[in-house]
Amino acid sequence: MDRREFIKIAGISSIFGLGGLTAFGTLKGKLEASQTGPSQNPQALKAKRWALVIDTTKFKTEEDFKRCIDACHKAHNVPHITDNIKHEIKWMWTDTYEHVFPGVEDEYLAEKVKEMPMLVLCNHCDNPACVRVCPTKATFKRKSDGIVMMDMHRCIGCRFCMAACPYGARSFNYKDPRPYMKEEDMNPEFPTRMKGVVEKCTFCYERLAKGLMPACVEASNGALIFGDLEDPNSEVRKILSERHSYRRRPELGTRPSVYYLF
Amino acid sequence: MLEKAIQGSSRYWVWILFLLSLIGAGVIAYIYQFQNGLGVTGMSRDVSWGLYIGQFTFLVGVAASGVMVVLPYYLHHYKKFARLTILGEFLAIAAVIMCMLFIFVDMGQPLRVLNVLLHPTPNSVMFYDMCVLAGYLILNLIVGWTVLGAERKDVPPPKWVKPVIYLSIAWAPSIHTVTAFLYAGLPGRHFWLSAIMAARFLASAFAGGPALLILLCLIVRKYTKFDPGKEAIQAIGKIVTYCMLINVFFLGLEFFTAFYSGIPGHMHSFIYLYAGLHGHSQLVPVMWISSILAVIAIFLLIFPQFRKNEGLLAVACASTFLSLWIDKGFGLVIGGFVPNPMERITEYWPTFPETVISIAVWAVGFLVLTILYKIAVSVKEEVVFDKYGEKQIQG
Repeated sequence: MDRREFIKIAGISSIFGLGGLTAFGTLKGKLEASQTGPSQNPQALKAKRWALVIDTTKFKTEEDFKRCIDACHKAHNVPHITDNIKHEIKWMWTDTYEHVFPGVEDEYLAEKVKEMPMLVLCNHCDNPACVRVCPTKATFKRKSDGIVMMDMHRCIGCRFCMAACPYGARSFNYKDPRPYMKEEDMNPEFPTRMKGVVEKCTFCYERLAKGLMPACVEASNGALIFGDLEDPNSEVRKILSERHSYRRRPELGTRPSVYYLF
Repeated sequence: MLEKAIQGSSRYWVWILFLLSLIGAGVIAYIYQFQNGLGVTGMSRDVSWGLYIGQFTFLVGVAASGVMVVLPYYLHHYKKFARLTILGEFLAIAAVIMCMLFIFVDMGQPLRVLNVLLHPTPNSVMFYDMCVLAGYLILNLIVGWTVLGAERKDVPPPKWVKPVIYLSIAWAPSIHTVTAFLYAGLPGRHFWLSAIMAARFLASAFAGGPALLILLCLIVRKYTKFDPGKEAIQAIGKIVTYCMLINVFFLGLEFFTAFYSGIPGHMHSFIYLYAGLHGHSQLVPVMWISSILAVIAIFLLIFPQFRKNEGLLAVACASTFLSLWIDKGFGLVIGGFVPNPMERITEYWPTFPETVISIAVWAVGFLVLTILYKIAVSVKEEVVFDKYGEKQIQG
């Protein structure tokens, strides 16, 4: 075998090797995806499309917001980064009315309304732009219940999803988040993250699987209502049919699953 | 032919060592970034892409622009470009390698890069971008190497290479169109959500890339015996002129739509970039430098008497290149993130490690380019006459 022949054979076999690897990877991907599917637990809460209704009239004090945010961030080991606000990680936070609903501007709008804080989180869109752009399916919409999930072991940290999300709901771990967690506040049942991956709210899929409501809903004293948008008898559907509600930036066609009551 | 790359003058080796030292500094900075995360850059939760992705975007254009010398030669038999096609193809190779490196250094989890192949996702534009970039690199390697090899042996290139060349010509606009689609299909980013984005990308690429090629031709002629040809350089000058004008026209269209419609979301990024928004104006001087350079470039390019003077043509090309480098390699990406979707403003400026890494990626590109050009020029110096019997070396 001369050199030329050797290189030929080596080249061809490496191409087949790569092909085999890809086939294996695709198969493995399916297995992983099935593990993140609906729980087999009989007590698990199930829905065709989970939705969250935020009753803004019930959030009166700063404490009302803080309870929900803290419950969420504690349950998911969200680091509390204060030394550089640019690197902040937030799954649930507040912003003022004029920033949550930009474009609804009116110079005569009462200052009180403009400055009114509102809870914001991932909208779990029915037509999510972040899922569309992800090059590895690390973020995906769960077929069974519409939750926009995040596989932080698959994420390559390209941040295309952050450019695509029109709600600013995604955070990137610009540095190792673990030093920013307090031992006593940590939830040992939920994984911590490493640097270089994107994260966001996942509607507490891990709690739903155990038959528990999302942490924020549980902490909200009835200000947050969680339920199945496709079940006409669900509480969320009843409220939406009775009261005036808004979704953020509906004109973009993302069809958010988070509603705001006024 | 590779042996030609290791036979050079002392000036050649000093240049190679200089590039290697820049690369060395970049490797150290990258190790620092790898250990500490992308937090060592100026990027943030709001401006989640920065200099790296901007440079990637700009360089895809440079890569695509090789077609501007390849197409007239192979499709229109424009003989003056016969000597130049190899320079265009080799520039494309160096540019694609830089593109890939800029993507790589931008990744939060670089060790997982193969996930893009292990979990191919056809609904993601990034998947296609990877495919077309890799394809373009391979096409140019095959075409450039084969044609140059044939020239060296003084035989016509093999017949099979023709269809590959035609494919590479069709392929070139695709790489930049797909890159524009990374931006132009995102809801809620008004600055990028524009149907003319891909066309604008191509226009700026076909001005900036050939402008760089002219500068490279002038450098090659100054430091080697190879002469790319005065007429060829003038012909590329015309290409730069038209494409730069089309590019500025397209930018004007964006301004018209934003400001005549008066829709706040469409105007905000432009106001931020060129005038500053709510007291935030870090990018304003940079964008104005880009605009002034564009005016200088166009002024020198549109009058044939200026353009025909090679000194002024060089100034025009340098201005064009720098203007577009700022506009596309920086402003375009940052502008899309400011203001953020909640209409709040976070500013961005690259940090020191980020800058060192970016310079190192450019140094890798120039190293590849130097080696490839060294090989091409050495072959041409030996062959003496181009395939039309015209002398292609000086003196």
